Amino acid sequence: MANAYGDQTFLGYRRENGRVGVRNHVVILPVDDISNAACEAVANNIKGTMALPHAYGRLQFGEDLELHFRTMIGTGANPNVAAVVVIGIEPGWTQVIADGIAKTGKPVAAFSIEQNGDLKTIMDASRAAKEFVHWATERQREECPISDLWVSTKCGESDTTTGLGSCPTVGNMYDKLIPHGIYGCFGETSELTGAEHLCEARAANPEAAKKFKATWQAYMDEVIEPFKTSDLSESQPTKGNIEGGLTTIEEKALGNLEKIGRECSYIDVLEPAEAPAKGAGLYFMDTSSAAAECVTLMGAAGYVVHTFPTGQGNVIGNPIVPVVKITANPRTVRTMSEHVDVDVSGILRRDMTISDAGDALIDTVVRTANGRATAAEALGHREFVMTKLYRSA
Amino acid sequence: MSAPHLLVHDKADNVGVVVVEDLKAGTDMLCVVTEDNSDFHLTSKNDVPIGHKIALKAIKAGDTAIKYGQDIGKFIQDVEEGGHVHVHNLKTKRW
Repeated sequence: MANAYGDQTFLGYRRENGRVGVRNHVVILPVDDISNAACEAVANNIKGTMALPHAYGRLQFGEDLELHFRTMIGTGANPNVAAVVVIGIEPGWTQVIADGIAKTGKPVAAFSIEQNGDLKTIMDASRAAKEFVHWATERQREECPISDLWVSTKCGESDTTTGLGSCPTVGNMYDKLIPHGIYGCFGETSELTGAEHLCEARAANPEAAKKFKATWQAYMDEVIEPFKTSDLSESQPTKGNIEGGLTTIEEKALGNLEKIGRECSYIDVLEPAEAPAKGAGLYFMDTSSAAAECVTLMGAAGYVVHTFPTGQGNVIGNPIVPVVKITANPRTVRTMSEHVDVDVSGILRRDMTISDAGDALIDTVVRTANGRATAAEALGHREFVMTKLYRSA
Repeated sequence: MSAPHLLVHDKADNVGVVVVEDLKAGTDMLCVVTEDNSDFHLTSKNDVPIGHKIALKAIKAGDTAIKYGQDIGKFIQDVEEGGHVHVHNLKTKRW
């Protein structure tokens, strides 16, 4: 039977709020750039923890500040994270983020540096982090239905083989799993240019279609038009895309959209890092098409496994979300095999169908959820990149 | 079926994608349309890297390139049947 995944289960960590994680991280989260050093010191002191250094968090305001908080809180709240130590320069915004994460019911401790200094903060935060490690390491995986799995997607360093092979493979996975109640997510607003009419038509309802079109048009009008200095060639498509044979944004977009399969439709359009709130199904998120920014936003929205088609060989990972790489390009399989989790190059030789490839991807996604380390995890790829909307005050 | 040299998404397309490494000019290419698995033969006119496109018929400057059955841009040069199609002869209509 083509689609027998209704009884599929995986082994995950059921969190206090009912969501299921596939990793069990204790995260040391800096509120701002100047707290990175303290967080990295804590992570160095206490084994089994991980700091998430980033570049921002000072003098942001308005929509950009809201996105910063949403990304920080969402990352801490992600069910792949068991417990969080939050460190900021001052207590106010630190507490905003700690309180936001604590709504999930998971253990959170907050520390601030002013009037303590780095050294006292590091000592106090290290003691809390150590307790969290003891606690987290006693959590056990349990069998969970496939409907508890949230799987996002975004492709990178695409070429013409992604549209032929690896993107339709992800689409086939969604066609098979979305009917069984998983949450899906795709994004990359600028990179749908040339296929925006097809994407608009894949909305499940008129509101979602209208919201998608308005989101795409706003990026064109407010970012591309005022800031472009050329036809964007070498940026979108990238230099790597062009090396791989992609010539225009229209061609790239049509390949990109193959990731949502043949039968799925998206039920809502999300702001960057916004958690889906309309039940199980596929969502579109307004994101950059840059890999690390996009995966970071989807992780902050609560997705726990990421599927990443690549042609030329994007090597991205994420600190809290396992990133599963799929490629159909035989040259990339030959030259960069250590980065490839699922080889679907048989599609180009016509000895593997898209459905075979979809089954192989689902198998790898389930094994990844069960705990198998991805190529990116084994190679230490932890790209955590905040999206910044405009210059700080 | 032996492995194809060129894959075409849709019957309406006027370009296809090279899916083998080191394709040489003058190769009698096996071409497969993924939409319906139909096949045909075409001779390559250039050495073309894997992933790059080849014109399925003679094309005039100003013509629209069709792939996935959709508009992917405008040709800015004539291209002969079997010729290499890329940034030197095809441009976006956007931006």
